[in-house]
Amino acid sequence: MCGIVGLLGKTAEIRESLGGRLTPMFTCMAARGPDSGGLAVFNRPLDDSIRRYSVYSPDRNQDWDGLGQLLRNHLSSDSLSTDKASKIPDFQIRAIENHATIIGNFDTLDLTEEISRFCPALHVLSVGRSIEVYKDAGEPAEIARRFRFDSLSGTHCVGHTRMATESAVTPAHSHPFTGGEDFCLVHNGSLSNPYMLRRKLEREGLQFETDNDTEAACRYIQWKLDIGATLEEALHQAFVELDGFYTFLMATHNQLTLVRDAFACKPAVVAETEDYVAVASEFRSLAHLPNVSDANIFEPEPEEIYSWPV
Amino acid sequence: MASVEEDIVMDLARQSLRDVNRFLHENGSSLSGKHVRILNPAGNHSVAVGLNETMTVQIDGHVGYYAAGMNRLSTVTIAGNAGCGVAENMMSGTVHVRGNASTCAGASAHGGQLFIDGNAASRCGISLKGGDIVVGGDVSTLSGFMAQAGRIVICGDAGPGLGDSLYEAVIYLRGEHRGLGADACEEPMSDEDYDLLQKLLVAAGTNYDPQQFKRIASARTLYHWNADRDQEY
Repeated sequence: MCGIVGLLGKTAEIRESLGGRLTPMFTCMAARGPDSGGLAVFNRPLDDSIRRYSVYSPDRNQDWDGLGQLLRNHLSSDSLSTDKASKIPDFQIRAIENHATIIGNFDTLDLTEEISRFCPALHVLSVGRSIEVYKDAGEPAEIARRFRFDSLSGTHCVGHTRMATESAVTPAHSHPFTGGEDFCLVHNGSLSNPYMLRRKLEREGLQFETDNDTEAACRYIQWKLDIGATLEEALHQAFVELDGFYTFLMATHNQLTLVRDAFACKPAVVAETEDYVAVASEFRSLAHLPNVSDANIFEPEPEEIYSWPV
Repeated sequence: MASVEEDIVMDLARQSLRDVNRFLHENGSSLSGKHVRILNPAGNHSVAVGLNETMTVQIDGHVGYYAAGMNRLSTVTIAGNAGCGVAENMMSGTVHVRGNASTCAGASAHGGQLFIDGNAASRCGISLKGGDIVVGGDVSTLSGFMAQAGRIVICGDAGPGLGDSLYEAVIYLRGEHRGLGADACEEPMSDEDYDLLQKLLVAAGTNYDPQQFKRIASARTLYHWNADRDQEY
């Protein structure tokens, strides 16, 4: 099973209350995926030079202030900079329990690499000017409560509740998965050739964080994007190269995109009104949305690409 | 809103699904001939499954999976859309979906009638064993897959792989299809086909002319193993 949910706000009112609208959709789909839960929320992109890193700590009592100070010391150390004064990045940390968002001007510095060297226990969940990812293993409703999903605002978001069938239940194996910047993917289904994809991508120099099949799909699509394909082109190639069952819900900074495999046996329902586009594995997840009775409700066709711009 | 004296109103916003279904099962004979309305289904699964009396049930809204599954004798109307497997394994009676139906509508139904006013998604009438299905709109991919008996009437168009590996069920298609499945073929309509189709169309409340339909049935080439095909079909 697994549940997927997504919401794109077309009005300021929906965008301001995005998390509040999304949370009941998400917790409803916990029935399909009680193991783990995660959410990617997108906001208007920050300035070109600014990056937003979502960081996960296995320690629920993580001392984020201390980490910020240590990080400042580390980033200003001689090993990183010959001209300390001009190169110490200015950043701020917003933390909630074992999740933090680090926003700053890191110039050409790869903070993911620095964090993995400096504090290997931490895990960077997403990088971009727009995306922020929260995920963890555990009961989805509790995850939503811990990370206060209902207080989030944004232009669009993508959520997932997981029932693991092919790899371990860990925070890193939970969805959404991210590849490069400002792209994420959630998956309901299971792939038959993830190891083949993975070997292909590893030969191209890509690195994997888990043995999860969805990560293979996410990195495959990201790889196509990185070598110049549009998301639509990447997905047409994915239809050929990916074997297995999938409903994928993806987002970039400016679009929400949904596809199902050729057999379309993993469910998805879309409800679109003038105010929002909502996607879920089952209609009951959408039943509480405003004016849903007047929405255009449909199921996506197999191997059709459905995209909605922000 | 109990507009008629016989109306029994149940509200899924206030009663649990299990209580509603238990009421419909345990009061079977006393509900015979009665009209039951179910409010606020809110996409719940398994609403009004396993009914076994000649009652009529109207569900006011969209339902989730397996609504009116295993139906026997009852007439169930869904004033909304239905999720996967509406009227699956129906034995007799009538299930009428006023909106669209998701995948596997009427799967394995042994008897009865399933009417869908809107579209039906993939695998409509999969493994049908004797019921009749009338879809007012289109059906998606692989509809009628391995259907053994009964009729599937499609007033709109059909997706790819229509009637793949059919046994003795017959499909009547008014619109176009995007490819027949393995072993499905178009056959001439007989007078018997026209009569039967007319009755089904009237029962479903549509007024299409049976002359507009074509008949799709099994070419029966898969009935016997053919080693020379080398498993290529």
